[in-house]
Amino acid sequence: MKFLKYIVVGFIFGIVLTKSEAVSWYRIYEMFQFQSFHMYGIIGVAVVTGVIGIQIIKRLKIKDIDGSPITIAEKEPGSARYWIGGLFFGLGWALVGACPGPIFILLGAGILPVIFTLIGALLGTFIYGVLKDKLPH
Amino acid sequence: MEHLNATWPWYISGFLIGMIMLCLNYFGKVFGMSSNLRTLCTIAGADKYADFFKFDWKAQTWSLMVVLGAMIGGFVAVHFMHDASNVTLNPDTVAQLAAMHIEAPNGKIAPDALFGTQVFQSPKLIIILLIGGILIGFGSRYAGGCTSGHAISGLSNLQLPSLKAVIGFFVGGLIMAHFLMPLIF
Repeated sequence: MKFLKYIVVGFIFGIVLTKSEAVSWYRIYEMFQFQSFHMYGIIGVAVVTGVIGIQIIKRLKIKDIDGSPITIAEKEPGSARYWIGGLFFGLGWALVGACPGPIFILLGAGILPVIFTLIGALLGTFIYGVLKDKLPH
Repeated sequence: MEHLNATWPWYISGFLIGMIMLCLNYFGKVFGMSSNLRTLCTIAGADKYADFFKFDWKAQTWSLMVVLGAMIGGFVAVHFMHDASNVTLNPDTVAQLAAMHIEAPNGKIAPDALFGTQVFQSPKLIIILLIGGILIGFGSRYAGGCTSGHAISGLSNLQLPSLKAVIGFFVGGLIMAHFLMPLIF
């Protein structure tokens, strides 16, 4: 089954994010109060691992599982969308203590009120889709 | 099992998250969670209202499978890998939370004050969770990614736009945590 490997990767992701407590509202609050290094350590080590891994992929021209070259699309240049969108995202992230991955993980864990956050996130995505052409990017 | 049930150290967790991203790169994909929200909108029929949602969502099935796996992972971790020592916070944080009437974790990953079943009877809490969700959904799509797409994938690929977005995430988060939350709770 071609999707099994994605389910396995997602499963590990769900375990890691839960056991590292990156899905915890408490940890996000503690991070934004600068009262713990834990979350900064997680994000920092993830990025350092990623930077080294991507440099290895690029320099050794490693192929993907299908034998095609691994290309990682560059983000579109721009400023307004990143600053403003980022600001909106951060306000929500701190308030409900979950970003999109953890929203799904917490729901899976059975924390049912997170359903309201998911409904909100879908609504917010929809609002962006409708307003997209009127917003500065 | 004892070690697995305790809070996983940041250096192991961070390394594993980086490897998960690289693993998806090896599968020819790019790690990003918030794009699933757009896919779900399209499945729900949003393509009738905005061109932004007109795309071949079936090409994103792999990402929905990552979400499915993550949900199962969350279930397993919370129900079978729990330990009373989990979420040991800085005592200063616990004291600040008490002042906002939010209880100490005592092993729980989410406070009952915000995520307990009483939420279903509290319009205020429902609105807080909804508004938080709207900000997350709107902001992540506007910025073109969330913590996974920008902070992890984007910064790992040394993308300047991702650095701007991540600075935006933290500025927004600090404004909420320091200025707005004391007014809300």
